[in-house]
Amino acid sequence: MASLPATIEDTVDLLATQDYVLGRDLATVVFLALKLGKPLFLEGEAGVGKTQIAKALAGALGRDLIRLQCFEGLDASSAIYEWNFSAQMIAIRTAEAAGQVDRSGLQSELFSEDYLIRRPLLEALSPHPEGPPVLLIDEIDRTDEPFEAFLLEALSDFQITIPELGVIRAETPPIVILTSNRTREVHDALKRRCLYHWVEFPSVERELEILRTHLPDVSETLSQQVVAFVHQLRQEDVFKKPGVAETIDWAKCLIALDAVALTPEVVAGTLGALLKYQDDIARMSGSEVTRLVTEMRAQLALAS
Amino acid sequence: MADAARPDGKLVDNIVLFTHALRKAGVRVGTAQVQNALQAVIATGFTRRADFYHALRATLICRQKHLETFHQVFTLFWRDPEFLDRLLQTMLPLMQVAAPPPPKPDAAQRRAAQALWDAAPAKSDPPMREELDMDMRFSWSENEVLRAQDFEQMTAAELVQAEQAICQMTLPAPPVRSRRFVARPTGSRPDLRRMMRRAVRRQGEIDRLALKAPLPRPPDLVAICDISGSMTVYARMMMHFLHALTWSPNKNWGKVHGFTFGTRLTNISRGLAQRDIDAALEVLGRDAPDWQGGTRIGDALRAFNRDWSRRVLGRGAVVLLITDGLERGDINTLRAEAERLSLSCRRLIWLNPLLRWDRFEPKAEGIRTLLPLVDSFHACHSLDSLAGIAAALQGGSEKQRLLAAC
Repeated sequence: MASLPATIEDTVDLLATQDYVLGRDLATVVFLALKLGKPLFLEGEAGVGKTQIAKALAGALGRDLIRLQCFEGLDASSAIYEWNFSAQMIAIRTAEAAGQVDRSGLQSELFSEDYLIRRPLLEALSPHPEGPPVLLIDEIDRTDEPFEAFLLEALSDFQITIPELGVIRAETPPIVILTSNRTREVHDALKRRCLYHWVEFPSVERELEILRTHLPDVSETLSQQVVAFVHQLRQEDVFKKPGVAETIDWAKCLIALDAVALTPEVVAGTLGALLKYQDDIARMSGSEVTRLVTEMRAQLALAS
Repeated sequence: MADAARPDGKLVDNIVLFTHALRKAGVRVGTAQVQNALQAVIATGFTRRADFYHALRATLICRQKHLETFHQVFTLFWRDPEFLDRLLQTMLPLMQVAAPPPPKPDAAQRRAAQALWDAAPAKSDPPMREELDMDMRFSWSENEVLRAQDFEQMTAAELVQAEQAICQMTLPAPPVRSRRFVARPTGSRPDLRRMMRRAVRRQGEIDRLALKAPLPRPPDLVAICDISGSMTVYARMMMHFLHALTWSPNKNWGKVHGFTFGTRLTNISRGLAQRDIDAALEVLGRDAPDWQGGTRIGDALRAFNRDWSRRVLGRGAVVLLITDGLERGDINTLRAEAERLSLSCRRLIWLNPLLRWDRFEPKAEGIRTLLPLVDSFHACHSLDSLAGIAAALQGGSEKQRLLAAC
């Protein structure tokens, strides 16, 4: 098990072991979150690596990753714990058949750890042999305000009350990472308790580095062209700007097609890997793609 | 207690009078509160103005929205002489045509003044309402004119009427079925958790099914409001409407997000979050840069779709589009963007404030383009009052009738 990083540089190196390339800004926030034990709130466009950082962090520190995927109507029974009703039912029937009449005995048996189904939040607060786990609360914006209010309590005290069992408190609080795609504004009260970071699209150099790390067998020219083209595309007025994940996907597509360099035809054929809205594809088809490819070549020529 | 106040017998009378003034300004003050106020004043002593102010405020005001009104009424009632001059300037703007412009009245000042001088000649003539005829189709301005808007302050009577109108309003949009459950004897699913608790209390005897049903949730509301030249006369009323939607206690909708557009789209939710209507109006007038400009509905909807729809329409929001539908820009853009909007929201309600004839036939191209894409269409025949808007939304959709007339 790796220990927590001592400096910001250590944080960069630590995450680099998991093939996660990050800028100084994000590294600072991650370092502070680990150092101060505060939840980390990451917001940004889809596909900029918000979820990935939790995975990388868990991998690098050798901790368990516990993921709570949020959705509308998420409630206590799917987020914290639930009683195993069918098992309880059977236990009641058995007790009945055996003629057991001890009421308090039945109650303490039915509502014991044996019949408890642990959900992610409770799991994250329980002790782990590898040290406190990484708790990823993904897409918090998908859930509703009542659950957010509940999280407030759970994240500030790291304790949960189960009426039948009592208070369960984490001995060492987990490393909490919350992500949001901003389909809804998350309440200020929750953000206030976290370190907030808006994850930007990476710069050209960093995206190149990411591409090299993930796909080492792409030729240098192609990866430069790919990154330059994607950056150009992000400047355009498109509905959904392609994220880093799309860049990597697209580069994989190009490898599969044995492309050595970007041409308007190749780009037009694989645009679906980058743009996910029909309007965007329609807007970019034909002469627009040619224009972008020409501009991208001019830019690369200028740079070299 | 009254005995304790005896040394200054007039004080009790004055405090009671002051609460009367507050009531007239729209703050509901109960007799028990007045009694508390008297006790508080006696306890704090009548030596420092600030103490007196806060003692009264703490006892008489229990809502944030009334703080500004309280402040104004207090300042006027426990008058300082200079203030009166300033007030006179704002009340009689015609008197000093040549004089330098008066300082801008603070929010809620008009209400406070009215509460104190019922007979005072308030600005009585409301802004003239343009009689609109078919010429308005040619009345947009071609150029983008950017200007801020100064709104007249609200009167207490207007606020009361608005609150009543909005409280009774329902939206032509049913509540959303949420995934949360509530215990209900007529529910459709067994509530195992409750059943088990009950069984344990009865030695494991399961005597009846506990049931639960999905809890309905009111949809969020996104209001997109046209503030271009042809809608200017109604701008104040519309902003008041949006503010009332945001703040009035009504269970028919959840969160309210407001947007305005003329030639560009502005998110005015922050302004609407101001509790006092006058303060909100001031922010709104300043925030949106394109008051009384031209109309480019298509471009505005495009900006909304691109930048905001994913942020505010995520949870099954209802969109209330308030526009006359007189499009200056490209009709094809309008069609494409309105279609996207109607597909991405739960319901698209169009409130058209300019159609004041029952026999109106949708001739303008923008209107004919928008009409088939909206879920329900409501024409507001009088925009003088919020009650008119509420009534228009209450009535049935006129979409079918207008479509037939196309």
